[in-house]
Amino acid sequence: MIEINGITKVYEGIRAVDDVSLKIGSGEIVTVVGTSGSGKTTLLRMINRLVEPTSGTILIDGRDNRDLPGHELRRAIGYAIQGYGLFPHRTVAQNIATVPKLLGWDKKRIESRVDELLALFHLEPSQFRARMPHELSGGQQQRIGVARALAAEPAVLLMDEPFGALDPIIRGKAQEDLIEIQRRFATTIVLVTHGMDEAIRLGHRIAVMDKGKLLQFAAPAELIAHPATAFVADLAGRADRAFRLLSLSPVVDLLEPGEASGEPIGAQASLKDALSEALWSGRAALPVLRDGAIVGRVTREKLMARAGQPQ
Amino acid sequence: MSAGFDLQATTRRGAGLDRLGVLLAAIVAAGLALQPFCLFRANRIVAAKPVGLLSALPPLESQIVLGLIVVASVLLLLRTPSPLRLSVSVLTLVLLAFAIGRAGVYLTPSSNTYARVAPGGGFWFAAFAFAIALADAAVRLRMPPLGRLALLALIGGALWLFLWSGACDALSILREYANRADVFWREARVHLFLAAGSLAAAAVVGIPLGILCVRVRPLRAALLNSLNILQTIPSMALFGLLIAPLAWIGAHVPGASAIGIAGIGIAPAFVALFAYSLLPMVSNTVAGLESVPVQARDAARGMGMTARQRFMEIELPLAFPVILTGIRIVLVQNLGLAVLAGLIGGGGFGTFVFQGISQTATDLVLLGALPTVALAFAAAIVLDAAVEMTRPMTSASARKSKSLFERHDE
Repeated sequence: MIEINGITKVYEGIRAVDDVSLKIGSGEIVTVVGTSGSGKTTLLRMINRLVEPTSGTILIDGRDNRDLPGHELRRAIGYAIQGYGLFPHRTVAQNIATVPKLLGWDKKRIESRVDELLALFHLEPSQFRARMPHELSGGQQQRIGVARALAAEPAVLLMDEPFGALDPIIRGKAQEDLIEIQRRFATTIVLVTHGMDEAIRLGHRIAVMDKGKLLQFAAPAELIAHPATAFVADLAGRADRAFRLLSLSPVVDLLEPGEASGEPIGAQASLKDALSEALWSGRAALPVLRDGAIVGRVTREKLMARAGQPQ
Repeated sequence: MSAGFDLQATTRRGAGLDRLGVLLAAIVAAGLALQPFCLFRANRIVAAKPVGLLSALPPLESQIVLGLIVVASVLLLLRTPSPLRLSVSVLTLVLLAFAIGRAGVYLTPSSNTYARVAPGGGFWFAAFAFAIALADAAVRLRMPPLGRLALLALIGGALWLFLWSGACDALSILREYANRADVFWREARVHLFLAAGSLAAAAVVGIPLGILCVRVRPLRAALLNSLNILQTIPSMALFGLLIAPLAWIGAHVPGASAIGIAGIGIAPAFVALFAYSLLPMVSNTVAGLESVPVQARDAARGMGMTARQRFMEIELPLAFPVILTGIRIVLVQNLGLAVLAGLIGGGGFGTFVFQGISQTATDLVLLGALPTVALAFAAAIVLDAAVEMTRPMTSASARKSKSLFERHDE
């Protein structure tokens, strides 16, 4: 659990982060979204004290983050950044082993942890251990960057635009991997991004920042349905907010008994995909497929009703 | 590689002439046709009598040598594979060395200790052309650093063996050497001490100064600008400027004159070389540290490395190839500049150069100049290889992709 209480950072008279308070639960993914200069990165960097706040406190699991020297605090918190920051003169294995080595793990434990992480990120250990960073593709470098951040099994992982440099297809895959890994280890993740799509896709809750202030901190559906300010509404996208809302829930939410014809849709597909398919094929209802069997249908009427502003 | 080359050679438009080869063959032809192969002097300082290649050796030998040189030039002229060009260049250089050695013996009347035979323009032109061809072939082969070091060792070893065998002992430059063997090696040690010692001192002072410049911004502009100004002082003027203060130190500081500090001699030479070395050391240290990727620095800090760990494990290793490039620049520069120490009684190979100039004895000048050039050349090759080996980005695969890229616009 991370408790941020009235944190403020002033740079040369400018309030980069202005009296921000929020509580992040254990095992939660919180995305911080805002335009550049909104203070989102500064907020993130104050959690592991890469930036010291001007005023306010941050508690991690009830302990003030200033109780430990900065470098010891940072060894206990995962950190992944845009551009990955891999050390170009060190092999993949040495890069991943950075924090375990700083913590003085023995060699055997480090080696087995490195191999475990490589396998977790779908990189064959025997093939990748000895490679140098410049011999990797962008997607592979990104995975090594996250593997390195997770190496010492931190309870908290801070990520600053970790997928910013990836092309859309690789980015989608990397986001899926992150969701899967977070489920597995129940890591608390704070992820900074400038893209609302990414914030909605990954965040259990979203913190929207502008000019150093926290405008709204809410679950994606709440944010889209009831934006706190015009700025949040703009960021959430007025034009396609109906579809954004639909994209948050799976088809199974609107499953009803009954018949429908044509190509079935998966129960875990999003409502947005279902509506799109219904409109495209001109059907009033789609059969729903789960575990290889048709289990019912979803109707266009209900999909459209669900896309309206919640009361 | 060779398959690719053949393909290229056959698809290239026009006759299969190598552009550099044309120039080199022209130099060889001009040298042999218009310049004497060697120079004969009845004694050390009288005017030289030029001797062409065909009269410098016994008739049959001279024709064979000429024929081989012509064949070698034609091979360079045509578009031939790089390994062939490399071997042709090496073999021709060996042939030229033997020929000039033989000419010395052939032209010197027996029991005449005054007559001198020196290589002439023709020899130097040809040697220069084939040395360039050798370097060019080595570059075209894209030899890995260890390969280049091996080639250097091979050439150095061959040269040493050749000189040691006595095949060239009749040549004037080696006669000058024979008269001064003890002095030669003493001056060689002084020369190396001046060049390498001032480099070491500059590294010990300059690298920490560079680190300081990166950390203390205001210092940076001030220090780099003053070193820049220092660099623009002509070396002769700097020697002059150093005479007064060093003479004063030698006279007034106890023990200073005992270790050789005086207005002239080795001390001002050492100080001047040290001063010229500082700018490259400091500026390369600054450039190296600034070339460390921002993200790598940020990641190192974000993962909990202490300032000392970040510096020793990330920043310094990543800056090292650039710092080593500075060391390379300084060493090659110092090996050349150290010749000027000869002017102010500082010793080194410059002693022979300036003695030779004052006596108009070209051979003596060469006795100082040739080892200097060879040393600077060898130092450049060794340190370039070291720089390449320490750079993480120039691993085998990076080099491969680079060469593929370059081959298109070759």
